Amino acid sequence: MARFIIRCGIFKGEDMTEATAAVAHDHPHAGIMRWLTTTNHKDLGILYMSFGGIMFFVGGLFIMAVRAELLYPGLQLLSPGMYNQLFTLHALIMVFGAIMPFATGLNNYLIPLMIGAPDMALPRVNNWGFWILPFAAVLLLIPFFLQFFGTGSGATGLGWMMHNTTLDIQSGIGIDFAIFTILLLGVSSLTGAINVVVTALNMRAPGMVLMKMPLFVWAWLITAFMLILAMPVFSAAATMLLTDRHFGTHFFDAANGGDPILLQHLIWFFGHPEVYIVLLPAWGLIPHILATFSRKPVYGYRAQVYALCAICFLSFIVWSHHMLTSGLPLAAEVYFMYATMAISVPTSVLVFCWLGAIWRGAMTFETPMLFALGFVAHFGMGALTGLVLPDVAVNAQHHNSYVLVAHFHYTFFGGGIFGMMAALYYWLPKFTGHMFDEKLGRLHFWLTVISFNITFIPQWFAGLDGMPRHVADYALRFSAMNFISSVGAFLLGLTQLLLVYIVVRCVRGGPKATGQVWEGAQGLEFTLPSPPPYHTFETPPEVK
Amino acid sequence: MELAGASIHDDPAIRVWRLPFSFCSRHETANFHIRQIKKQLPLWFWIAFFLFVSEPAHAKSIWDFQEPVTPVARTSLAASVEFMRIIMGIYIAVFAVFAYSIFKHRKSSGAQPGTFTGPGSRRQWILAITPFLLLIYIDYIWMGIPAFHAISRMEDTRTAADMTVKVTASQWKWQYEYPDEGISFVSAMATSQGQIHGREAKGEHYLLEVDNPLILPTNKKVRILLISTDVIHSWWVPSFGVKRDAVPGYLREMWVNIEKPGIYRGQCAQLCGDGHSFMPIVVEAVAEPQFNEWVAQKKAQSSQAEAVAGKAWSREELMAKGDEVYKVVCSACHQADGKGLPGAFPALSGSSIVNGPMLDKEGHLFKDGHLDRVMNGKPGTAMQAFKNSLSDAEIAAVVTYERNSFGNRMGDMVQPAQVKALR
Repeated sequence: MARFIIRCGIFKGEDMTEATAAVAHDHPHAGIMRWLTTTNHKDLGILYMSFGGIMFFVGGLFIMAVRAELLYPGLQLLSPGMYNQLFTLHALIMVFGAIMPFATGLNNYLIPLMIGAPDMALPRVNNWGFWILPFAAVLLLIPFFLQFFGTGSGATGLGWMMHNTTLDIQSGIGIDFAIFTILLLGVSSLTGAINVVVTALNMRAPGMVLMKMPLFVWAWLITAFMLILAMPVFSAAATMLLTDRHFGTHFFDAANGGDPILLQHLIWFFGHPEVYIVLLPAWGLIPHILATFSRKPVYGYRAQVYALCAICFLSFIVWSHHMLTSGLPLAAEVYFMYATMAISVPTSVLVFCWLGAIWRGAMTFETPMLFALGFVAHFGMGALTGLVLPDVAVNAQHHNSYVLVAHFHYTFFGGGIFGMMAALYYWLPKFTGHMFDEKLGRLHFWLTVISFNITFIPQWFAGLDGMPRHVADYALRFSAMNFISSVGAFLLGLTQLLLVYIVVRCVRGGPKATGQVWEGAQGLEFTLPSPPPYHTFETPPEVK
Repeated sequence: MELAGASIHDDPAIRVWRLPFSFCSRHETANFHIRQIKKQLPLWFWIAFFLFVSEPAHAKSIWDFQEPVTPVARTSLAASVEFMRIIMGIYIAVFAVFAYSIFKHRKSSGAQPGTFTGPGSRRQWILAITPFLLLIYIDYIWMGIPAFHAISRMEDTRTAADMTVKVTASQWKWQYEYPDEGISFVSAMATSQGQIHGREAKGEHYLLEVDNPLILPTNKKVRILLISTDVIHSWWVPSFGVKRDAVPGYLREMWVNIEKPGIYRGQCAQLCGDGHSFMPIVVEAVAEPQFNEWVAQKKAQSSQAEAVAGKAWSREELMAKGDEVYKVVCSACHQADGKGLPGAFPALSGSSIVNGPMLDKEGHLFKDGHLDRVMNGKPGTAMQAFKNSLSDAEIAAVVTYERNSFGNRMGDMVQPAQVKALR
């Protein structure tokens, strides 16, 4: 890692004085201070992505313990309280610690390269936005570790959306730590989002009109607007909860005239856009990868841009489909059902365009392409089951059952994580200057696909059979499904260690990557050498 | 696939399994589980077979919920199966095209990449638009219109309701009340801690058994009202096809009309704290005459109970009754040994409240004393006001029991008549 870090920063020039000056200018600090104080979008991109990667494994470890407990009926390893903490931390870490930071890292590294800008518009804010994250993560985890030393009752164990209000009010310090974590994450996400909006709207190279902007940048621009609109609601809800807990307000406390459903509304008003905040970056990068390996131009560019905008809009008007069993009035249930079904239209526009992207191409199947196709196949399952869930009558069965768990893992893992892995493999040679081991990459893909499906297919059936989620222990009729699911989860966890090996090896060395990297790759980032020099596009390129 | 117990021990393949699962306790050997799973495994093979090979129309059994026994459950099952078939159809159609493209349009087979970036001809535009029209038709007409009718019916709790049952959820038990008949009782999980922690063999209805099931008549429209005393819970019996949250501060409602006598089991479906997994629902549906018989019997019991509440109870009677009540009502939080759960639920053993005064000099409730806490609860915590759900005798008994158990030796007792006067 260290060698890679040094390498990607050094300016190799004939003129030594100039080179030395450039180095001095580039790196006012060496070692750790460089990373603490950097305002360079590539450094920050790497920091974000490394943080996301590390948290991916932390969140994964937590869920391994959960699946070990669920291997057999009965309580073997964990107390129910510890179980609740583990799955809650898994969810919070995976969503806010792994997928979102990784996607932010990609945007940091790639947006300036893709639009021909020298850096993000607000480099210092960028640095601040990143360095909030490790503190937020530590804050979230402190109470979890403190309980082993006899202090407090552990981390929050209320599920990632924490919307069982009175339970929130009853719980220990873990929830306070989670609230402050949410507030910090809110600041971090907002700085990142504002940075993307300002950069994408102001710093495009001459000639790159909005409708020529790469789809990944479009997707991130829309994501950023969603973050700016949704995140403050989450922070507000968390703050209201904080004042309920400590300052005697009663926003959500029914015993004192508050409304427990209000918190659900507030949190899902954020929570539903959040689903698309996680997915949109992946949707933005998939067309790049499909086009590259099909050796074709992007299919349906305009349709995809409009579809992404439509999804962004719809995501703000469907939140209550997460609360269809909480006793909404009939009119609201009908409205949220029909509004939710509307999302299927722009989503299928995207799927149609992905199909168009590979149709009559000249495809090759390198690892990023495999992950992109895997993304389409698995996300397709998650999306299609999402068509069934808003039907209120059917939802009465599926809501809070394992069907739901399987559904959102097909979208978050099958969609979000597969997309992030496709992106990682696609741009890794660009980041490091080395090709990764293609054979191992393919092995990683197939193992991931197989173990992912072994993990989550049984959960559909456990759910259809009536298994509620969030349970530490289950009735005997669910034991076969849970056993298979747990075995699959262990395999899935182990498989990801292969990813670490591949990435570390690629960072350390390997065959040299060309600037173009992939035969069919298009876009400004591929006009640069691999790895790109520390400063790029100081003179903006001309886009025709 | 059926393997006799003895042969499993001889099967070398199984012996390999034993090692990694050594954390299972003595009675819960891995072999036991493997045996359980082996029994169920053929089902899994069928599922895999159906999912990947068979035409979905034949796969009815795998999409099934637990047997639907109400009109609502049958409707939602039918809608679910139909919807699942539709999405399977869409998935197969779409990914058949993907698969065709993946196999056909390869560089290695000499394919030349196209340069088109969207539908070109009129025919292509029609091809591109049709799937979306079809999708809109599926969403809003094919599935959408029946869904509207299903919801309207599901939400119509009041028309022609034959009787009402009130369900009060609290951590982690259900209280059932028949307002017209004046019957009320608490229903809590009956599975022993030994089974949960693997010290005893697990019973057939592990985690899905209760001490007092909800008894309902068949072929009657029963309106179910839901409230909660603490956090949000959710009442769900898969066979009934309804799930509704019990929200503190709100009255929620739903209805069931059970068409077939039998015992139906479900669980709380909303994360409600540490005992979320241990909050089962058991409904016993019986024909109307039997139901009326049960009601009469219950009424006789409660009038009897009222009569005995007036008499002076002996210490032994109070302790015996208190032990019973404690196990059902209190032990979920304060634990069977009265030691509580540190950080979450306070211990009763050695507690200054339990070992403190109950009544002041005038015979009123001592504020924040033992009896006050049990009757009125502690706002903002899981400790609810039990005067709403327990009878005079039950409160008197359990308070007496707590003051003289777990190492507490107060020696005093409370009479049901006293509790009655303090309400």
